[in-house]
Amino acid sequence: MKHTISALLLGTALTLASASLASADDKNVKIGALSDQSGLYADLGGPGSTLAAQMAIEDSGLKAKGWTIDLISGDHQNKPDIGTTIARQWFDVDKVDVVVDVPNSGVALAVNNVVKEKNGVYINSGAATSDLTNAQCSPNTVHWTYDTYMLAHTTGQALVKAGGDTWFFLTADYAFGAALERDTTAVITANGGKVVGGVKHPLNTSDFSSFLLQAQSSKAKIIGLANAGGDTTNSIKQAAEFGIVKGGQKLAALLLFLTDVKAIGLETAQGLNFTETFYWDMNDQTRAFSKRFSEKMKNGAMPTMVQAGVYSGLLHYFKALDALGSNPHDGVKVVAKMKSIPTDDPLFGKGEVQANGRVTHNAYLFEVKKPSESKGPWDFYKLVGTVSGDQAFTPLAQSTCPLLKK
Amino acid sequence: MTAMTDDSIPATSRAVHDEMIAFGVMTAMLAIVPLTGIYPFFVMQALCFALLACAFNLLIGYGGLLSFGHAMFLGTAGYVTAHALKVWGLSPELGILAGAAAAAALGVITGLVAIRRQGIYFAMITLALSQLLYFIYLQAPFTHGEDGIQGIPQGRLFGVFDLSKPTVLYYVVLAGFLGGFLLIYRTINSPFGEVLKSIRENEPRAVSLGYKTDQYKLLAYILSGTLAGLAGSLKVFVAQNASLTDVEVAMSGQIVLMTLVGGLGTVFGPVVGAFIIVAMQQYLSGLGQWVTVIQGAVFVVCVLTFRRGIIGEIAHFFRRSL
Amino acid sequence: MQALYAQLLVGLINGSFYALLSLGLAVIFGMLNIINFAHGALYMMGAFVAYFLLNLGGINYWWALLIAPVIVGIFGMILERTMLQWLAGLDHLYGLLLTFGLALIIQGVFQNYFGSSGLPYSIPDVLKGGMNLGFMYLPIYRAWVVIFSLIVCIGTWYLIERTRLGAYLRAATENPTLVRAFGINVPRMITLTYGLGVGLAALAGVLSAPINQVRPLMGENVIIVVFAVVVIGGMGSIMGSIITGFALGVIEGLTKYFYPEASNTVVFVLMVLVLLVKPTGLTGRAA
Repeated sequence: MKHTISALLLGTALTLASASLASADDKNVKIGALSDQSGLYADLGGPGSTLAAQMAIEDSGLKAKGWTIDLISGDHQNKPDIGTTIARQWFDVDKVDVVVDVPNSGVALAVNNVVKEKNGVYINSGAATSDLTNAQCSPNTVHWTYDTYMLAHTTGQALVKAGGDTWFFLTADYAFGAALERDTTAVITANGGKVVGGVKHPLNTSDFSSFLLQAQSSKAKIIGLANAGGDTTNSIKQAAEFGIVKGGQKLAALLLFLTDVKAIGLETAQGLNFTETFYWDMNDQTRAFSKRFSEKMKNGAMPTMVQAGVYSGLLHYFKALDALGSNPHDGVKVVAKMKSIPTDDPLFGKGEVQANGRVTHNAYLFEVKKPSESKGPWDFYKLVGTVSGDQAFTPLAQSTCPLLKK
Repeated sequence: MTAMTDDSIPATSRAVHDEMIAFGVMTAMLAIVPLTGIYPFFVMQALCFALLACAFNLLIGYGGLLSFGHAMFLGTAGYVTAHALKVWGLSPELGILAGAAAAAALGVITGLVAIRRQGIYFAMITLALSQLLYFIYLQAPFTHGEDGIQGIPQGRLFGVFDLSKPTVLYYVVLAGFLGGFLLIYRTINSPFGEVLKSIRENEPRAVSLGYKTDQYKLLAYILSGTLAGLAGSLKVFVAQNASLTDVEVAMSGQIVLMTLVGGLGTVFGPVVGAFIIVAMQQYLSGLGQWVTVIQGAVFVVCVLTFRRGIIGEIAHFFRRSL
Repeated sequence: MQALYAQLLVGLINGSFYALLSLGLAVIFGMLNIINFAHGALYMMGAFVAYFLLNLGGINYWWALLIAPVIVGIFGMILERTMLQWLAGLDHLYGLLLTFGLALIIQGVFQNYFGSSGLPYSIPDVLKGGMNLGFMYLPIYRAWVVIFSLIVCIGTWYLIERTRLGAYLRAATENPTLVRAFGINVPRMITLTYGLGVGLAALAGVLSAPINQVRPLMGENVIIVVFAVVVIGGMGSIMGSIITGFALGVIEGLTKYFYPEASNTVVFVLMVLVLLVKPTGLTGRAA
């Protein structure tokens, strides 16, 4: 009897000791790259995001300091159900510390709740919804790269200042399109421009001719495309067919990625204005990164801003871990550390993680080159304007994030 | 013309006996899941889909009506339950009730349109109706479009059972599934179910016997829709979100696939089919879009060589009813 | 008023696609009693074949209009020979399920290899540009689509309703045993019919390639709308499906102008209304 008790006590003591040891220099990290691996967002995130995460692990230099870093990836298939199931399983069974990427706003918000519940770290790069750092913000979440507010704000402001003061909107008829149109309209009117009309089109429309005719007859200088994906590419393609750009009107896509421009082709996309926060051909550092990235991609693709955001977000996460000295496996603690260190990385430059989880960095207005100006297979953009991070993103005073009201 | 189900085995007392044993085995297996260390969320999801497939099977297997839009009930009930819990702050039991009631109402409205045609037309009409609803939900403000309804509070069922505890939630979902399952089982073995089967076999004959077949079909359709709605309401507690995925055509196709794999018109087939398809999605998710290809291939193989489904084949082999 | 003319014309363009697709469905249904769920996927294949012909073989749009439907048609005939024909005598619903599975396979394979964002296919040089009609700027390519699909639709109607081949076909639908007794190979006829219907879908795909991105999922939503078109028109007559196709395109076009929010639901709403008034569809006979 006495024996068993002392054995038990000894056992408990040992367990306690090993537990405290583990928390003292636990240098194990597990990363889960959750993305759309084969659907609509696979080209802008997907396998490229996993590659970017892998490159971040290599470049962090943590392995040399004795850290063990594992990376797994998952396919959420653009279904919130599947996304949350994978994320839950990652935390419960695979002991994942940080979830990265997650394009598709619906899935991103669903996963946001799971990460919060499990006290993990969530570095989102792929989703557009600004809710992640507003109404649904969480102490476990960092939102890199872009959001709807930034897109609307940068494109709207820059174009009005450049003389595009009358607008007509082609808006996808659902929450995302409405948010883009609302935010852009606010910026346009604030800068002295005017919205002369607009039309709501159904999601996944294959034929835009009716809407384009209305846009054409509105005589607006700028036709704003508050839509995404296939809707944006189809409306751009058909606008060219109806001679809209040749007729003197400009197209402004509020959400467009490098891979979309590639899919449309320069012949059709030339002259198009839109905002991104990363382009491979910005400076020596982005070119060096992109070259390495492209060499490892199956189709030689250059990184999109989403993939670049995964890389930079993880680098910053590793910096926070390094500063903490070990992995506390406590999401809130790590994210707090991330917020306390200013961001500075080769791809997005300097910025900060705001209290609501929003990362601020420069945003750029680009114009698509003419085919004659393009010197290579991925030479697509010319820079039209730069907006600094504190100007481009939601001012903290306007953020509806409950974390800010402490 | 061969009907879509194999009815060579008459419903005898032996059949009922077999089914009771199978039901006991199934219940016992499901009841011990939380003790086995199997990941409970996976089983809960599968249970919701199993109930959904059973509800669908009531219509096709016993009424001969193939609905290619059953996702509309799943999604509608899901949205209503989610909205009731999150915005109106209703208790879980009232939320489930609201969801199922919404599905029933949808069943009445769409049923009145759809049952005017049979066979292929019925399938195409239900498909079109669910697509119509998909677009409505996409645009309606309360569904939050692509974002879906997120962060739904799970609450306490009857003020007692804390649904945020996985084990408690598991047994609640299991109870919901078993309740729906028994209701369906009771229905197909009732006089109502017999009339339904006779309509499936030979509608003109049933009409000549004086049955108002449209009313029977409508009632079966509403019941099926309501139970599919119950599955949708339960799913909200498991997934904690309601999204457009549940109203998509692809979802309707999956419901058909689950039932087809398990066995159309068998009592346990849809349950087995649902577990297989959910497991397939889970374990093959690394294959990305190939999952769609595999599902398509399963469809083709089932239709060409395996029309009785797994349970149907087993039952046929042993000359038993399952 | 001018805007209205423009919208009517634009609606007619969309109607051309609906007409070609629902015509193909009607031809297949008439002979095989199968609702071809793979129709949207085969429409997409038509566009992809045109893309491959241009980019791999240097074969231009005009040849693609001829070759792509033939290639996809042959593919369809292989499907019919290896799978669909085994369903003869079974419940028609099995045909629906089988072709649904085929659609999943085809779309999934294309998605795996070509992603979802799509590939560009440009308008042939001759048809580039547009003409000013006074009330609108009409791209020449769109005008071409309307005229060409009208010709194809009427040609198909003529083939089936007015030629000897068509007479055999219609007879084989009514009474296959009797037609076989006259020494006509009915199974081969069924295969050829399926090939024809599928070829029409592929042709619509080629026509749409320069207008839309060539995407693996381009047929996914179209097919459901076309199903509704078919339910509205009733599957009884070839001419019925052509007229319904064009008419619904125009109605949809008008909705886009007057109440754009409803433009993707209007066809379904019309379907419900038609079903309430005349369950067999506008031109349909009792099933």
